[in-house]
Amino acid sequence: MSNAATLTKKDFQSDQTVRWCPGCGDYAILSAIQSTMPKLGIAKENIVFISGIGCSSRFPYYMETYGFHTIHGRAPTIATGLKTVNPDLSVWMITGDGDGLSIGGNHLLHILRRNPNINVLLFNNQIYGLTKGQYSPTSEIGKKTKSSPMGSLESPINPIRFALAAEASFVARTYDTNVKHMGEVFQAAAAHQGTSFVEIYQNCVIFNPDPFDSFYDRKVRSDEMIHLDEGEPLVFGKDVKKGLFLDGMVPVVKTLEEAGDEQPIVHQPEQKARYYANMLAEMEHPRYPIPVGVFRKVVRPSYENLLKGQVEDAIAKKGRGKLKDLFGQGDTWKV
Amino acid sequence: MSQVQEPRKVLQHATIRFAGDSGDGMQLTGTQFTNTSAVMGNDISTFPDFPAEIRAPVGTVPGVSGFQVHFSSEEIHTPGDVPDILVAMNPAALKANLVDMPHGSLILINRNSFNKAQYGKAQYESDPLTDGSLDKYRLVEVPLTDLTERAVAETGLPKKAADRCKNLFALGVMYYLYDRPLEVTLNWLEEKFSSKPQIMKANQLALQAGYNYADTAEIFTDHYQVPKAKLAAGEYRSLTGNQAVAMGFVAASEVIGKPLFYGSYPITPASDVLHELAKLRHFGVMTFQAEDEIAAIGVAIGAAYGGALALTGTSGPGLCLKSEAIGLAVMTELPLVILNVQRAGPSTGMPTKTEQSDLLQAVWGRNGDSPLVVLAPATPSECFSYAFEAFRIAVKYMTPVILLTDGYLGNGTEPWMIPNPEDLPSIEVSHDHEVKDFQPYRRDPETLARPWAIPGQPGLEHRIGGLEKKDITGNINYDPDNHQRMTDLRLGKINGIAKDIPELEIYGNPDADLVILGWGGTYGALYSSVKRLNAAGFKVAGAHFRYLNPFPANTGDVLARFKKVLVAELNTGQLDILVRSRFARETTPFFKVQGKPFKINELMDFIEAQL
Repeated sequence: MSNAATLTKKDFQSDQTVRWCPGCGDYAILSAIQSTMPKLGIAKENIVFISGIGCSSRFPYYMETYGFHTIHGRAPTIATGLKTVNPDLSVWMITGDGDGLSIGGNHLLHILRRNPNINVLLFNNQIYGLTKGQYSPTSEIGKKTKSSPMGSLESPINPIRFALAAEASFVARTYDTNVKHMGEVFQAAAAHQGTSFVEIYQNCVIFNPDPFDSFYDRKVRSDEMIHLDEGEPLVFGKDVKKGLFLDGMVPVVKTLEEAGDEQPIVHQPEQKARYYANMLAEMEHPRYPIPVGVFRKVVRPSYENLLKGQVEDAIAKKGRGKLKDLFGQGDTWKV
Repeated sequence: MSQVQEPRKVLQHATIRFAGDSGDGMQLTGTQFTNTSAVMGNDISTFPDFPAEIRAPVGTVPGVSGFQVHFSSEEIHTPGDVPDILVAMNPAALKANLVDMPHGSLILINRNSFNKAQYGKAQYESDPLTDGSLDKYRLVEVPLTDLTERAVAETGLPKKAADRCKNLFALGVMYYLYDRPLEVTLNWLEEKFSSKPQIMKANQLALQAGYNYADTAEIFTDHYQVPKAKLAAGEYRSLTGNQAVAMGFVAASEVIGKPLFYGSYPITPASDVLHELAKLRHFGVMTFQAEDEIAAIGVAIGAAYGGALALTGTSGPGLCLKSEAIGLAVMTELPLVILNVQRAGPSTGMPTKTEQSDLLQAVWGRNGDSPLVVLAPATPSECFSYAFEAFRIAVKYMTPVILLTDGYLGNGTEPWMIPNPEDLPSIEVSHDHEVKDFQPYRRDPETLARPWAIPGQPGLEHRIGGLEKKDITGNINYDPDNHQRMTDLRLGKINGIAKDIPELEIYGNPDADLVILGWGGTYGALYSSVKRLNAAGFKVAGAHFRYLNPFPANTGDVLARFKKVLVAELNTGQLDILVRSRFARETTPFFKVQGKPFKINELMDFIEAQL
């Protein structure tokens, strides 16, 4: 048996050669996950990675844990089934913007609604990578790709707003160029009881290079992103400190100097009503800094516990079922 | 008023068809007659036939719901070719069912429902009761609505609610005609309406009044007795195929000692299996109503991976949606049972009508070479044993198994000899795998099954998935020779199961020159037709497949014994294709796709013409 207390990052690296393109953001995410695992205090055999199809979904092969590389879009279903029959496992689901929001959109909606205690990591690179560069459901309108030479026509989905609309109990965003931030968000996701949804901005070096550079590049990050820290005022800015303030129902950015006595919004992810988290999710660059961190975190019973509760209630009420009673139910007669 | 009753005529068997509006309670009425007859000791077989619409417009032909029950003092295998009596609650019910009634048969009709508005809705141009079109039948007209209203008046129920008791009045009339006691139904009403005493009382009064009316009003010239059947000694209950599979799955779960997990999306005619299993949380049964058919099998695959006894269930269109995920279960070699309660297709087809047209979809309907096991029980009772058998094979060989029942089996009832749970065969499952040098695709040399290592087991951490995997290690592998080997192994594993299943049996006359083949739910009609032909002096043999993939090991030998091979099935030739292609035999087919089961007579005519 593996001793959870002595595990290191290395213990979570499988013997398989990692085959993502050099420079792919997935490497950083893999490294952040492998670093996070030993901090969770969970034995290796109790951790399972389940993925769909796509570049990101190769993830389980590189983790020295249990893993299941399933079929396109369906990872939420397989993860839910596993967690339901085996609630003690730490289940991590890996998906991408195509896998999770296109072919698997229905299942993603329902896993979030049911709220099993599973950590869902959605790698968002705004492109189909494995099929070699078609636009995805998170690509911006007008994106020119091999399948859209004159520009794509569809409005993109915002994964955070999707998750909030699906009643997700934990919604967060992080990004592949900040291993420390990823680690913190992953740990918070693991600690949450219920489905934790994490969007990860991820760079595809081949088919959609650097779509997030305008806000997450090291040089501009401090002025173009806002970190959501629970109980802390929403402030950002490297040289000039700025804050997020409410003007009626609309968030506005002001320098702290301009604001004077006015206090910036204090981050409260545990609010039950979703309008606050939705307000943050609406913030798009360049009008606003991009929020990263935990948008929403509320307590809601998990599916597997509710079902287990029904089984226990039924047994308490009726007694453990016996086949003899089941077979002989209703009108019977003897010959 | 009759003072001296004529003695009852003794019949070997009789068939009643109850027909009325979807809202008239015909399924309930038929079920009560069936249960009473079963408890009296008759052999029984039923055929419910109802529209897909919950309530089609009242009084119209598409809204007619029917329930046929065949009860007998001898062993029977079908719900009867033709009814001896039709109970028609309205003109539409008469119109929809008259075609099946032989001349001279009895028709009991509700006189009150034959007014111009009602027979107009049924598209009759004139009143069939007076225009002479029913002259060839023995018509019994009863003002069911009026009599029911009078009978239940003392309960003070409003007219509309009182009228709804008329099915019980009709049932009372039938109980008199066939000499049945009222107790089973009276007791059932007492339990069913324990919280609604007024309704309970009204229904009981209507039932009693129907019985008394038939007794005193001399509406029938004859009345009958159908004595007890000589069934094998034991305790019985009546059971539908859908109830039977549910119990078979739970029995497997109890014997194996693993919780049953059922992932399903509601679909006709399979939903009742979900309803049955949802009641059984106290057996540790986990039912999961998924967001769609794909999710329903996805959660089941996840449950199988997690070490539970995993099941998904559906009907034809749902099986299409599950195809890709079934392929995943084939590739990852996880134990999974897929129940398909077949219905008439293609596409949405006729949801409440029976057919056997998903056989080739079950055997072949996936991308790639994707072999799995296909089973098909032959009777409602066998639905129990084959549900159990499906799990035995799934866990022993680490494979998905498709269990093909159909609407006829699923909704039909017959007596079921209640088994002793202690007599159920044991099924061994082990997760005890050597940690040292564990390999997820190292196979058992005899069964070729891979180990069932489940998350949570220390030292056995491994990865599986839908990509082709290297023999033994299970790592992703695209080598040409390896793919050939893995494809051969997957196929060899399934083919090898032929050694572990019963041989194909011949019934009828084994020395006949001719054999008729069938599979699944058509057994009753095929068996009866072969039996009757042999009794009439012809030489006919039959063989019925319950194992469709792999076929029983002796199938080739059985076919070789006969000069002529007939194939009868409710599709346009699917078993036929399998038999022709695998055994290179010429066959003579009899195919029917009318949403209805075979009749014994049509099979007899077909076979006789081939002799």
